[in-house]
Amino acid sequence: MPVVAARQPAPDFSLATSGGDPFTRADLEGAITVLVFYPFAFSPVCTDQLSLYNEVRADLAERGASLYGVSCDAVWSQQAFKEKLGVEIEQLSDFEPKGATCRAFGVLHPGGFPQRALVLIGPDAVVRWSYEAPSPGDLPGANLLFDALEELER
Amino acid sequence: MGGDLSSAPVAPVGPADHVRGPEGAPAVVVYGDYECPFCAALELRLGELPVRVAFRHFPVRGSHPRAFPAACAAEAAGRQGAFWEMHDALFADQGRLEDPHLWARAERLGLDLARFEADRRDATVAAQITADFRAGVRAGVPTTPTLFHAGKRHAGRLDEAVFERLANLGV
Repeated sequence: MPVVAARQPAPDFSLATSGGDPFTRADLEGAITVLVFYPFAFSPVCTDQLSLYNEVRADLAERGASLYGVSCDAVWSQQAFKEKLGVEIEQLSDFEPKGATCRAFGVLHPGGFPQRALVLIGPDAVVRWSYEAPSPGDLPGANLLFDALEELER
Repeated sequence: MGGDLSSAPVAPVGPADHVRGPEGAPAVVVYGDYECPFCAALELRLGELPVRVAFRHFPVRGSHPRAFPAACAAEAAGRQGAFWEMHDALFADQGRLEDPHLWARAERLGLDLARFEADRRDATVAAQITADFRAGVRAGVPTTPTLFHAGKRHAGRLDEAVFERLANLGV
């Protein structure tokens, strides 16, 4: 199943925040949300995707968009990863039932981890744009997020 | 902040760029940072090829906290005509990028230290590096190093095939 397409309502889902609280479809309402699905915490790339997006967080916020990193790692692993990278991006864990949210968004890799994918969701909880990297090793540039936001503002 | 970050073509090599390599050779644009080991490796390879290299800064602070100050040091050295000397000195020893190491390099290169110190903290220098970074984001630079040649983007570690193509450009 490919990543959930534009104009589709976001599926029902439940992720865990760093504090262990649920983050569900209802939390999407009233704000622009970008979910950044990434394969694994601590996976080795020279300059990580999350570090890059962290640099443009202020610009995204200016456009009213909140960014979340999503992976199947446990909350503690995600927090350690976040600290290691020195990034501010909130992490959401798809640990239990493992990969359920990734599956609902159509980004679960057969290997049990998220494909590298981006999903931009409008304040009405409808998907406005999505992107799946051709392979998990491909890093989508931050420009794609701004293109999508520009499209959304039209 | 402010300003657009949506997609735009990579800016052609211009007078604001730091460029070196054989006169008249084909140009490549490299977005890199001084704390990135793959960038250092790429530098060495490109030095052996018949290409002109334009280097632009792409410091991502999360993974490489010393990349931004190192870029400032290179630009500050550039104000004393020693950009590439500092550039090479930074890549040559990436384990030593703290302030005292930057001063030691500036001293070794015979720079005016007081001026170097003031310049590397100059807001114009920081703005210049940020402008490089943001233009890189618009051009779709996702990581370092990213190399542009003939309108094509090569991100991350380069395939040998790309080096081979670059090696044969002048032939």
